[in-house]
Amino acid sequence: MKFAIVVNGSPSSSQAAATALRFTEAALHQGVDVLRVFFYGESVLTANRLTHPPQDETNLTQRWQQLASDHDVELIVCIAAAVRRGVMDEREAKRYEHTADNLADGFELSGLGQLVDASIGADRVITFGGRA
Amino acid sequence: MSQIADLLLVLRHGPYGGLNAREGLDAALTAAAFEVPLSLLFLNDGIYLLQSDQQPGQLPAKDLSKTVPALAMYDIERLYVRSRDLEQRGMKPEQLVVEVEVLDDEQAANLFHQHRHILSF
Repeated sequence: MKFAIVVNGSPSSSQAAATALRFTEAALHQGVDVLRVFFYGESVLTANRLTHPPQDETNLTQRWQQLASDHDVELIVCIAAAVRRGVMDEREAKRYEHTADNLADGFELSGLGQLVDASIGADRVITFGGRA
Repeated sequence: MSQIADLLLVLRHGPYGGLNAREGLDAALTAAAFEVPLSLLFLNDGIYLLQSDQQPGQLPAKDLSKTVPALAMYDIERLYVRSRDLEQRGMKPEQLVVEVEVLDDEQAANLFHQHRHILSF
């Protein structure tokens, strides 16, 4: 069984972001093959490495990074949605002439084609935060 | 129940209250560019995307009223709305910018079963 995970919900104002993480962790622990996690809409803010919640709160960015390195899962962030919201890798930061980039390690900017590709290639597509 | 298409995209938000509708349409256009057979269901406030005579010029938002009629150029021709959503918002099918198929609640529910995957925005 192959899953594609689509996250739309904001990391700071939706339950969806945390639920997506926990669901993906659970799926991987049960041996499900997660083809890709695709971050779209407000969820792209999850990939901002400058996010720094207080110590007693969950750091979603770090949790996703941990998951990606433990299970070798692709974390793809929609490039258009990310740039629109100020999340950039080195290349995009240069392109838009910013002095700094902020994409967290383990995440990768790519196009919407990756969402379509994952949707078609998976047995199940599970979306978190469709209503935002 | 026979399958209509691979993907059903559900647009649940109006055009100018946020980026949901815009990003949902972008996903639809991308899927079409990849030649994935897809359908679009405009649900709840999503049907405001179909309202004719939109004049969003005064808003700090991109005019989406031109995008919907352009869907046909991308071979996105299966467009659906729910009759209940039209009634609740005082809209009639003939007022919409494109021709759509109007479904009752049961038909709308079936639509979800007739697609392999669903993406919701």
